[in-house]
Parts: sequence; C-alpha cells; structure tokens
Amino acid sequence: MVKVKTSLKWLFIGLIILFIYAPILLLTIYSFNKSELITSWEGFSWDHWKYFFDMDNQPLPIVLQTLLLAVVVATLSTLLGTVGAIGIFYSKKRSSSVLSGINQIPVINAEVVTAISFAFLVVALNIPKSTYIPLVVGQMVLCTPFVVLSVIPKLKQMDNNLYEAALDLGASPTKALFSVVIPQIMPGILAGFMLSITLSLDDYIIAAYTKPNTFQTISTHIYGLAKGGTVNTIKSSYWAFTAIIFFLIVLAVVIMNIRAHKKGGKKQ
Amino acid sequence: MTKARPHFSRKLLAIPYAVFLAIFVIAPLLIIVYYAFTDADGGFTFKNIATFFSGSGSDSFFASAQFKTILQSLFISFMSTLLCLLISYPVAYIIANCKLKNKTWLLMLFIVPTWVNFVLRINALKELLEWIGIYNKSNGWNLFNTILGMVYDFLPFMILPIYTTIIKIDKSYLEAARDLGASGAKSFVKITLPLSKAGIMSGVSMVFLPSMTNYVVSNYMTFNHTKIIGSFIDECFKNDLWNMGSVTALLLLTLMFLMTWATGGFNAQEDANRRGTSLW
Repeated sequence: MVKVKTSLKWLFIGLIILFIYAPILLLTIYSFNKSELITSWEGFSWDHWKYFFDMDNQPLPIVLQTLLLAVVVATLSTLLGTVGAIGIFYSKKRSSSVLSGINQIPVINAEVVTAISFAFLVVALNIPKSTYIPLVVGQMVLCTPFVVLSVIPKLKQMDNNLYEAALDLGASPTKALFSVVIPQIMPGILAGFMLSITLSLDDYIIAAYTKPNTFQTISTHIYGLAKGGTVNTIKSSYWAFTAIIFFLIVLAVVIMNIRAHKKGGKKQ
Repeated sequence: MTKARPHFSRKLLAIPYAVFLAIFVIAPLLIIVYYAFTDADGGFTFKNIATFFSGSGSDSFFASAQFKTILQSLFISFMSTLLCLLISYPVAYIIANCKLKNKTWLLMLFIVPTWVNFVLRINALKELLEWIGIYNKSNGWNLFNTILGMVYDFLPFMILPIYTTIIKIDKSYLEAARDLGASGAKSFVKITLPLSKAGIMSGVSMVFLPSMTNYVVSNYMTFNHTKIIGSFIDECFKNDLWNMGSVTALLLLTLMFLMTWATGGFNAQEDANRRGTSLW
C-alpha cells in the first residue's frame, strides 16, 4: 500500500516534469528537421543551426544585442538598487517603509500597466524612443526593485559593529562602506544582478512599449514572427536557439550542483 | 567621543533611488489617473468611466465587448490559478517531504525553465500544440490553450513560495499530532495546510493578476483570437484610446491594491522569493 502511494507520488512528479519539458524537448528534436514545419519530420539536417549561427541572418545579432541590453540594464539597476537598499536600510522607519512600499509596486503590478503608464510618461516628457533611454530606464523600473529586495536581507544579517569598528580605527565612512559593508552584502548584490539579467532577457511587454522601432530583442522579434503566422526559416532557426539555451542552463545547474556537493563534502 | 565623530549619513544614499521611484513609478501612475478622469481637451470628466461601464454602441454594459473580455479574463485567470494551485501544492509537498538528500536539485528541475526566455517558452508550447494538432481549432480549444499557456508559464512561480513555506514547518508539530493520535489527513489539514497559507497566498497573487493581463500568452496560444484584459489595454493604447486604456489600467491597479491589502499587505521577503531570489 505504502509502495503504491510512493510510486503514485513519483508518477505525478514525473508527469509534471514531462509537461514542463516536453515543449522544449520537441523543439530541440525538430531543430534538426529538414523541414520548417513542426508537423512533419522530413529527415535530419543542420540547416536551422547553420542559419542561426550565420551573422548575416537576423537571429544571432538580435540575440547578441539582447544580451548587451540585459548587461547594461542589470549593471545600472544593480548600482542604483544597491545604493538605494543601503539608503533605505539606514533611513528612519517611516521613510524606509514608504520607500519599501513604493519599491513593491513594479514587483506586483501587472506588467502591461507598468508598461502603458511608463509609455505615457515617455510621451509626456517627450523623450524620443530612438535614444534608447525609455527602453533602458523602463527595464530598470522592472529590475531595480528586485535588486533592492535581494540586498536588504543581507543588510539585515550584517554585523553592524564591524562598520563602527572600521570608523573607530580611522577609516573614512566611504572607505568603511566599500571595505566593510559592500563585501558583506556581496551575495545579495550578485543575486540581484543575476535576477536583473534574467528579467531583462525575459521581458517582452516593457520592451514592446519603449524600444526604438529599428531595435529588436529576442522576445519582440519572435513575437513579431508569430503574428505574421507564416512558416519561415527565421522562426525555425530559433528552435536551435531554444535548444542551445536549454543545454546551457542544464550545464549551469549541473556545475552548480557539483560545486555545492564538493563544498558540502569538505564541511563533513 | 563617538558622538563627536562626523557621522556620514548613510540614509542620504536613499535619495537617488527615491527620486527614481518618484519619477518613473509614481508619476506614470498619476498620469494613468489623469487620463482616466479627463476628456480629449484635458477637462475633468467621469465620462470615460461611464463609457467603460455602459458600452458605447451596444445595448448595455452586459452586452458590451469589454464585459465579455472581463468575464472571459476572470474565467481564464480563475481556472489558471486553481490549476496551478492543484498542481503546485502536491509538487511542493512531495519535494519538501521526500527522503532525497538533495531536495533543491529536484526543486531546480521545476524552476530552471523560467530562465529560458518566456516568449521562447510560449513559442515552444505553441509548437507542441500544433504538433498535437489542437492549435487554433475552435473557441473551446482556444480557451483551453490559453489556460494551458498561463499554467505552463506561471507554474514555477507558484511552486517556489509554497515549497519555501512547507520546508520551514517544524516537523515536531507533526510528530506531536501523531503522538496525540491524529491521522495523517487530520494533521495535514490542521497543521501543514494552515502553516503553508502564506506560501499559497503569495503563489496565488503571483498567478492571478498576470494570467488576467499577460496578453502575450493569450495572443500566442490562440492566434490573437482570445481577448483578455491585458490585450484590451494593449489595443486601447495602440488605437490611441488612451482614456479608455487608462480606466482599465486603473481598475487593474485598484484590484492589485485590494489583493495586496487582502493578503496582508506588502511582504517584501515573500515577494523577493517569487522570482527565485533565494535560489541564487
């Protein structure tokens, strides 16, 4: 009886995992299809992969510029968010809770509301989209609150006496901040940075409302292709990209686990 | 001695971010309110709200396009949230209570797909439906596919907060319940479920609003056939119906604040966990 229960449990887990991974696996398989159709298998070929890795075709440059955008947005968000988090942490209780409250708005608000309201502001301030300012700042609105949210817990865990000790030993406040506070909250800062990268890469709605007309991110490009509804080589070359991303992530997770395992082993 | 020291005021560091929030978060929301309550000439009016709730052209609000959209949207959102909960809770419960040494590894399997670009993921699901042969076949299938897309997209965000609350439950409560003669089902209902309420709440709020507004999913899964509130706002913006779009956005904002209030206010830590901060 217990055995049946246990196997039912794992069957359920297995089915959900299948549901989550089936679409990605299907695309990985069909990225080697000769045809551009998902509905018919016409033999093995590298065509989609070759098309994707050719810099003369659209996909690869778009992937690269999306990555560049993510790095720029994440760097700015991490700077602003870290400084902001330190400031909020040391502010008086009232202003600190007001700022934390406002910080939550972009986190829980519907993305389309954030996007449309931000687009209104861009129009009101008359900032041309071609300057990339609306795109970068718009994505920062999305990312920075998460940086703040990942840094503040680390500030709470920090031993405040160390900062005081550094001052007593004659360090200037700036020096104490950089050599005592920042190293202690570094894991939070890094987490915020990584989170910002994934949020920026993931974003469609904000980008669609704020990007320059000539600029495409992976999300806006694929979404645009789907709207056309036509079968084409670009669309199927993104299957290859999906496969690559998937492999990279699996690789990253395996490496992280091996490292965590090694660390754990040393402790024992 | 300590007091005489020129105390560098670290709270001043909050100023740049406070200015940023004021300009790029608060001001845009005020503009929404402005457009919702003004007409084309900028004069104050309730007309937009009246139009929204009366449905210009059609007989009544209940026959209007926006009523149909709202109703359909609520249905999609309700079903997606329910399905996510029915899947996530058992998954989170099983992982949290399994005897594996490395539970995070198993949990990661459910979270990792969120690192794939979400349009790519939705695209993959669409291709799968096309492969099976149920893509864009009828209105019924469109509704089903939209809900499927929402569940597919938001499931990990529900599993994570529920898992983090279940894993924190002190096992000695359960042992005490067993010692006092409670059955497994009873101790689950009396202990595990109430103690994981915060995770459920966080997960629900993570799925409910997005599955009402993420028009990328609904457009993608149904070839633009199924409309939700998000797509309504998007179309208002694109067709220069800014006042109407703002009224709808304001409704969503109100809903957001109501939900936050109902679920016990802003809980920063839960929100940070939503996107998997804790995993990094």
